[in-house]
Amino acid sequence: MADSTAPQSRSRDLDKLLLRPGNLVGPNFDPGTEMRDDLQQYARVLVVGAGGLGCELLKDLALSGFRNLDVIDMDRIEVTNLNRQFLFRLEDVGKPKAEVAAKRVMERVAGVNIVPHFCRIEDKDIEFYSDFNIIALGLDSIEARSYINAVACSFLEYDSDDNPQEETIKPMVDGGTEGFKGHARVIMPGVTPCFECTIWLFPPQVKFPLCTLAETPRTAAHCIEYAHLIKWDEVHSGNAFDPDNPEHMKWVYDEAVKRAELFGILGVTYSLTQGVVKNIIPAIASTNAIISAACALETLKIASGCSKTLSNYLTYNGVEGVHSKVTEFVKDKDCLVCGPGILIELDTSVTLQKFMDMLEENPKLLLSKASITHHGKNLYMQAPPVLEEMTRSNLCVPLYELMGRVPKDILHATGTINNDNKKTSGLRKLRIVFKGIDGVTDMDMAGGA
Amino acid sequence: MAEPKTKYDRQLRIWGEQGQSALEKASICLLNSGPTGSETLKSLVLGGVGSITVVDGSKVEVGDLGNNFMVDESSIGQSKAKCVCLFLKELNDAVKAKFVEEYPEELIETNPSFFSQFTLVVATQLVEESMVKLDRICREANVMLIFTRSYGLTGLVRISVKEHTVIESKPDHFLDDLQLNNPWPELMSFAEAIDLNVQDPAAHKHIPYVVILVKTAHEWAKAHGGALPSTREEKREFKELLKGRIIARDEDNYKEAIDASFKVFAPQGISTDLQKIIHDSSAEVDSNSSDFWVMVAALKEFIANEDCGEAPLEGSIPDMTSSTDHYINLQKIYQAKSEGDFLIVEQRVKNILKKIGRYPNSISKATIKSFCKNARKLRVCRYPLIEDEFNHPSLPALQKYLTDEDYSMAVGFYILLRAVDRYAANFNSFPGQFEGGMDEDISRLKTTAISLLNDLGCNGLTLTEDLINEMCRFGAAELHSVAAFIGGIASQEVIKLITKQFVPMCGTYIFNGIDHKSQSLTL
Repeated sequence: MADSTAPQSRSRDLDKLLLRPGNLVGPNFDPGTEMRDDLQQYARVLVVGAGGLGCELLKDLALSGFRNLDVIDMDRIEVTNLNRQFLFRLEDVGKPKAEVAAKRVMERVAGVNIVPHFCRIEDKDIEFYSDFNIIALGLDSIEARSYINAVACSFLEYDSDDNPQEETIKPMVDGGTEGFKGHARVIMPGVTPCFECTIWLFPPQVKFPLCTLAETPRTAAHCIEYAHLIKWDEVHSGNAFDPDNPEHMKWVYDEAVKRAELFGILGVTYSLTQGVVKNIIPAIASTNAIISAACALETLKIASGCSKTLSNYLTYNGVEGVHSKVTEFVKDKDCLVCGPGILIELDTSVTLQKFMDMLEENPKLLLSKASITHHGKNLYMQAPPVLEEMTRSNLCVPLYELMGRVPKDILHATGTINNDNKKTSGLRKLRIVFKGIDGVTDMDMAGGA
Repeated sequence: MAEPKTKYDRQLRIWGEQGQSALEKASICLLNSGPTGSETLKSLVLGGVGSITVVDGSKVEVGDLGNNFMVDESSIGQSKAKCVCLFLKELNDAVKAKFVEEYPEELIETNPSFFSQFTLVVATQLVEESMVKLDRICREANVMLIFTRSYGLTGLVRISVKEHTVIESKPDHFLDDLQLNNPWPELMSFAEAIDLNVQDPAAHKHIPYVVILVKTAHEWAKAHGGALPSTREEKREFKELLKGRIIARDEDNYKEAIDASFKVFAPQGISTDLQKIIHDSSAEVDSNSSDFWVMVAALKEFIANEDCGEAPLEGSIPDMTSSTDHYINLQKIYQAKSEGDFLIVEQRVKNILKKIGRYPNSISKATIKSFCKNARKLRVCRYPLIEDEFNHPSLPALQKYLTDEDYSMAVGFYILLRAVDRYAANFNSFPGQFEGGMDEDISRLKTTAISLLNDLGCNGLTLTEDLINEMCRFGAAELHSVAAFIGGIASQEVIKLITKQFVPMCGTYIFNGIDHKSQSLTL
């Protein structure tokens, strides 16, 4: 039933959603060719991760009217990726995921431009992330999500009534999958909960008690972890275990078999050994396709307003039938990441060095080896050596001077966060208020300075 | 280079070699190769399905470049089936791929026997009339069928198979089979031989909770005329009894025992789900019965004749705080009982096979063993013919859905998806499909929807204006992200049907891309 009178456009199907007014749409929906063309020309979306979710996201976004995409991933392609990361072929094994994914999608979808970044997400400075309208996450770790979440939330500014300022909201769409299960969520910093607000959603990782591993093993997994976590260090002191080294893995497997035999335990296989040691999460193409599609659809809705957005957390389970549920989680107003910022009151005489020492001791922060920026300007950088040298002289200068003598303002600090004896890299938003200064300047003006 | 099988590692951890083998033997037919169909097939091809045949009579147009990843500039004017097939072959060259340049509607009309060669047909973007015809054909030929459709921000997935039985349902959370409320003699003797009051603190805290509970339950029963705790008060008392035996703060085995005490209070016997299965009329077997039902018949006998009406013991035990020795010995006891139960069931299966005129060894040991292990988790899925659902949907269900806030948009879309097909049959195009005349289309769709609801017996119930407007706005658009979502769901269901693992969806799944409150409707 094709309409042969009008010349066909690539946008034949999308146009129905983008050019036509509707009632169940976003609050600022302005349908028309201008909006559609603006989406193509100006909208920039960053896809974080070019794996199972990332490949699907790039395809879905390229076919949802977006023309300017970036993708960042530090990994190289492996054979076990090929059952679902459909942009990669056997001959691509060993090449950077981001680069191959970008190339493949650009080859197939004319007009789309994808810039690949083969590096860690921490290697990009904050300015890089601020250039995007929306950040879509296809990550597989809590740490990485936490990092990007902190970056996106660092742009958020609040007005004097503690309401988020709309133009500083950096939306994120986050997806995750495991076997037949998955989730997709929309994060609007300052409005919906951010990743940290709902970190309790992620169950703690299974850890076996050391005494079980050392004295009373009962299962094959216990034998494997004994070999991996205890015996390896005893025999290879100094030489760190590398899960990607097949010789190391074989050693662990052999030791696990020996231990299992000793205790009469069955079930140690090479496959199980890999699974336990690497914490392998089973993965299939279909769940990744489902979750990415949901994320891409939400990205389109956020950018164009063409429909109401997911509010705000979708869980999906396909083990028994097909079940999905939408939950509207509420933001934690005291959230250290998306809240108005950790309040730090200072005397005007406090130097940058003293300030950084305070960050390390502050129980809400525990941030060491800090690098500090003020509206993009480097006050002190730990690395690279050139920058460190350039900013070293700031350490003995009062922070009040460095910040231009404003009574209060936002600073961003990146560094190492000491979380329950686990060190992760993180970024924190700090709300600095200088004591004893008459607060004539309000938050809005300080933010614009 | 690595052997090809390594690439399947991440999925083998889900469905195993058997599941993979079933996939590799399957032949799939796809009807219509727009994004909905091609995205469905993509996941199956990546997973290693045996062969695919893509059926589509259309040629690639410019508009297809905006929603279908498997066609590009060079495909314009060519057969869409051919281009999609070529792309899919690239994704996995172990998959045999063919295409047929014909419109599915014509094949359905003029060559129904075409479908008999396939394991399963994925029918995408068909209208009601064709769905009904194809459904009859596939039911006749005993070919599995799944319908999928994307339409603007909505869509559907619906399996149509007479009966699909599942042994390896692999549910997420299922209670272990410890039979603490009904211990057999060997378990009792094992527990009896262990002294809970052992002096050595290390030994005291390494007695597995299974032993603690079996002994404590036995004590209780002796003091209460053979009965186990049943009232709230009794259950509390039982837990106090356990707490009273704790001699140190770090006795995890006792903590586990207290947490697991509910297993002692659990009612004996089989679940209502399993009751339904063994009392199903298909359990009265004859020479035409499937292996599944023959085994169910044997299971029924087992439950009726072996002591206490339980299903055969599953045989595995969860990890628990224990000395290695106790744990291994306990495992052996459970494994032995499980093996014993299996042998009894196996014998009954052979007898039944003989009775119905089949070779007594025609069902393998491995199959019967798996059946026994999964006996408490068996599932039977049956799907009404589309025609029956369309002509006689369950009215109470329909009314309940229409008035439930969580379901109303999904069921609204369900009705509207049918209404637009009626509309198209009357007016030769879908509402809003072309520019201009939107108001008239909206009013016509509304009338069509109301008349459909009346035909179904839902007089007086209406759909919201907003939803009707939205359906017209969609204008039968096939959006890539929606197609990819629906394709993902459909491919996952196909995998379940082919591997016979995990439980396929019931009813019709309606995708709701507006607020993501998608639902499965059983009508």
